[in-house]
Amino acid sequence: MSDYNFAYLDEQTKRMIRRAILKGLAIPGYQVPFASREMPMPYGWGTGGVQVSAATLTPADTLKVIDQGADDTTNAVSIRKFFEKTAGVATTEETGAASIIQTRHRIPEEDLREDQILVYQVPIPEPLRFLEPSEIETRKMHSLEEYGLMHVKLYEDIAKHGAIATSYAYPVKVEGRYVMDPSPIPKFDNPKMEMAAIQLFGAGREQRIYALPPYCKVVSLDFEDFPFEASKADHACDMCGATDSYLDEVIMDDSGGRMFVCSDTDYCTGRRQAGHMGAQAAAASAALEETAV
Amino acid sequence: MNTEVLKGGFGNAPVDAAYAFRAAMKAMACPGTVEVLQGAQPPAPVSVAAGTLLLTLCDPDTPLHLAGDFDCEDVRAWVSFHIGAPVVAAEVSMFALGSWEALAPLSRFAIGTPEYPDRSATLIVEQEVLAQDGMALRGPGIKDSVTMALPETGAFQMNAMLFPLGLDFFFTSGDQVSALPRTTKVEVA
Repeated sequence: MSDYNFAYLDEQTKRMIRRAILKGLAIPGYQVPFASREMPMPYGWGTGGVQVSAATLTPADTLKVIDQGADDTTNAVSIRKFFEKTAGVATTEETGAASIIQTRHRIPEEDLREDQILVYQVPIPEPLRFLEPSEIETRKMHSLEEYGLMHVKLYEDIAKHGAIATSYAYPVKVEGRYVMDPSPIPKFDNPKMEMAAIQLFGAGREQRIYALPPYCKVVSLDFEDFPFEASKADHACDMCGATDSYLDEVIMDDSGGRMFVCSDTDYCTGRRQAGHMGAQAAAASAALEETAV
Repeated sequence: MNTEVLKGGFGNAPVDAAYAFRAAMKAMACPGTVEVLQGAQPPAPVSVAAGTLLLTLCDPDTPLHLAGDFDCEDVRAWVSFHIGAPVVAAEVSMFALGSWEALAPLSRFAIGTPEYPDRSATLIVEQEVLAQDGMALRGPGIKDSVTMALPETGAFQMNAMLFPLGLDFFFTSGDQVSALPRTTKVEVA
């Protein structure tokens, strides 16, 4: 056993975070202030998500951590190791096998179940912050449901670019009341937020927690003549051939070579194990066979 | 000194509290579901579930109101030793524990402010049983609708109309807990 209290945080801190989570679930989309602690990692590395996960974990949980959909990036690996060490919980890379999934900037492709919890790492929880820098003002705007400024911003997008150019952290309205920042997930993921799992959002530096209960109404802001569109790269995954997943564009060489791959590594791996193959994976295995002959 | 008071806390606080919180969170996220909540052995008339909720959520930072029969020597001593929450009047409480009748009138409790709707009281209502029939509930956390027995209808309809302000409720009986946040719409089924 390690020399840490279970899940690193002391009990009084966890109670404070747990109270904030419960109020967040009772007022979906509202940002509950909490006394964020310093964590043994820098701000911007998911200190808010880590604190929410620490207050939510039980020894029986299986934890999955993803960063931009990937299980094997630095941020994901270090947070997974952190909880292996301080909470002794089991970890997994399989979406279906996890009971708690901490995520940075993606929602897994696989549908989540009622017995799962999705914890988001949030850098700037206030959707109005880049339009109005004062916290006193934005708090007043939320209390008065004064969201005209956000619509003006989306309108200016259309006036300038001919379409709503916001492609990530696309603002949503929760249960017809609070406008909420979904964290910097691609807008492709926005429709998935009406899900069966509990969603918790933690912003460490900004000291805010917010939450969405299951089956909560989450609507992406738009206009009648410019409806919201969940967009992705118009391509199939070059590794697994999936046409329904969010893709990363990877530059392969200096002469314009590129490939598109699923950002959700577990989804891509699962499909390849099931025998699906994308264009570049097929070409590579054909070339490999040729050299073998 | 009455040493009975020293008993009944969590055996393994970090782990017991973690499981208890998950049950409480599931109950609050999915109104109408009944979860098992164990770990505490509080003095009568406090149920196991209510005592476990207090141990999980309350501490010296959370003023607690004990209503009616729950405001007795044994409970005060147990709260004081295990939790350390100041026992206060309803108006200034963050948490309150009692029977439905003793907690009335609900207008005494804090419902939050427009800027800070989270600064509202959470009421723990002790009931004889938690029955899953009666009123129809709709709202966040509920797929279509669920049914749940509530002590009355009007008070919860009024509370939902205050949204985003309002009170949040836990209902406890024995080692069972269910919850009703302010977002839930209650109708006579």
